[in-house]
Amino acid sequence: MKLDTETFRLSERGGFAKKALIAGVIGLVVTVVAWFLDSARFYHAWLTAFAFWISLSLGALFFTMLHHLTGAQWSTVIRRMSESFLAPFPYMAIFFVPIIFGMHDLYHWTHEEAIAHNPILEWKTPYLNQTFFVIRAAIYFAVWIFLSRRLYGFSKAQDEGHSPELLAKMRSTSAWGMVIFALTITFAAFDWLMSMEPMWYSTIFGVYFFSGGLLSAVCLITLTALWLRRRQVLDTAITREHYHDLGKLVFGFIIFWGYIGFSQYMLIWYANIPEETSWYLMRWEGSWKAVSLLMILGYFSIPFLITIFRATKRSLGLLGFMVVWLLLMHWVDMYWLVFPTWSGADGNAHFHWMDLSAVVGIGGIFLWAFWSRYAAGPLVPVRDPKLPQSLSHVNF
Amino acid sequence: MAETKVTPKLEYGMIARFEGPKELLHAAEKVRDEGYTKFDCHSPFPIHGMDDAMGLKQSKVGYISGVGAALGFALGLWLQWWTSAVDYPLVIAGKPFFSYQAFVPVTFGLTVLFGALGAVFGMFHVNRLPQYFHGVFHSDRFPKFSDDAFFVSIEKEDPKYDRSSTMSFLESIGGAEIEVLEGE
Repeated sequence: MKLDTETFRLSERGGFAKKALIAGVIGLVVTVVAWFLDSARFYHAWLTAFAFWISLSLGALFFTMLHHLTGAQWSTVIRRMSESFLAPFPYMAIFFVPIIFGMHDLYHWTHEEAIAHNPILEWKTPYLNQTFFVIRAAIYFAVWIFLSRRLYGFSKAQDEGHSPELLAKMRSTSAWGMVIFALTITFAAFDWLMSMEPMWYSTIFGVYFFSGGLLSAVCLITLTALWLRRRQVLDTAITREHYHDLGKLVFGFIIFWGYIGFSQYMLIWYANIPEETSWYLMRWEGSWKAVSLLMILGYFSIPFLITIFRATKRSLGLLGFMVVWLLLMHWVDMYWLVFPTWSGADGNAHFHWMDLSAVVGIGGIFLWAFWSRYAAGPLVPVRDPKLPQSLSHVNF
Repeated sequence: MAETKVTPKLEYGMIARFEGPKELLHAAEKVRDEGYTKFDCHSPFPIHGMDDAMGLKQSKVGYISGVGAALGFALGLWLQWWTSAVDYPLVIAGKPFFSYQAFVPVTFGLTVLFGALGAVFGMFHVNRLPQYFHGVFHSDRFPKFSDDAFFVSIEKEDPKYDRSSTMSFLESIGGAEIEVLEGE
């Protein structure tokens, strides 16, 4: 891999796209085999992997819009990276199809007999029915694909020749985009994850899903930059100062995730209403308790105490380790959301190879889509007027 | 004729004026490299890279704030444990006396409060504030530093300080209008 430092274009792209594509295809084939072995288990593993990867794209979408809305300068060098993580959206829409086929295994509210005996579920049918579920998913994807194409389109137009109108358009799109983003991600989290237990509800659930996704997106951007740095790409453009700032965001969003997670827990704990507490009770029994404790300690407490120090954020090795760890924790978080309701579970957490193959399968395609977009053009928005400030950015 | 009392003049150090921010930055580097430690730069606005040029270490305020936050955390937890589990135990909603879940918001609040207080007063401490008087006030020119002037001041306390050699050193690095700070 080689970067032309004048144009910021890769003169030699390396073999990553091919490797990612091969890994993705192998992962998908193995996961299809898993479907024949145990289709219910497969759908849960698939939903976990799907929720993990789409949350990264959603986090990157938020990060891109936040960059435009705040008029940030420092993050201009990583903006194209963030925009390229929006490329997988159409593929993720295709990967949603198995979830439609697996609805019967995933969502209890699709069972006619369950609704017939439950007046509350019956009352919820105008929202929780299969047709509307699919229509809503189509709307979410349409919104996300439209938003990401629009933002990326303006950004590409900037490479041809900069004009102030483009910056204004990116900003105004982000303004209304942020509002519909908030609505769509909230309802997507309600539909895909929360409705697995249709009697349970938590109004903050969408924010919880969003907070983990945003944290992971910042982690993924940091990891990608570090990965490029080892190949001497953008190593002079993305400096320790940028890593320091990314580290601050990682630190801040760890707190945000913990704050939202606890906010949800505390209200339910305090009110102590059986239909609400059952969700946590299920995750506090058997080996799920260990997973819950791992979430508290491994996703919040310990990373909080490690990343609070300036030295951590400026040490590329330690920061790199932390972002990999946090991405792993985010996957465990998705697993923790999805799997307790799996009918085959005996109240304990079980790991299966198809959990891994689904992550590799979707992830391979995700990273292939990312890299195909990112490596094709300049790696930074070369004509953006804020680029010089970003390149020479220094923390006080 | 009234008797005039003569008090010996005290020497505080000296200031030198520089042309602009760039010159001040280079002057700071040279003063640092010469081995001076008790000196300061005065400019109407913050200058990028000045911390490095002056050889300043990372501020300690973060650690003071961290200690404050840890104290606030401990105090918040202790306060609620003492009031609701020891001194006046009341059964609330059938929950244990020491219900740490319910204590989190107050503990969090006190952590933030004491962390913030640590940051503010830590900043006062490392800046040696409040300070009612400083040697640079003896200079009539000095107030212009908040308008359009750039000064380097070296204190007499500095082990390298010597009236004549410091003066010629400041002159050699481009300082103008060098003034010895003296007063009662």
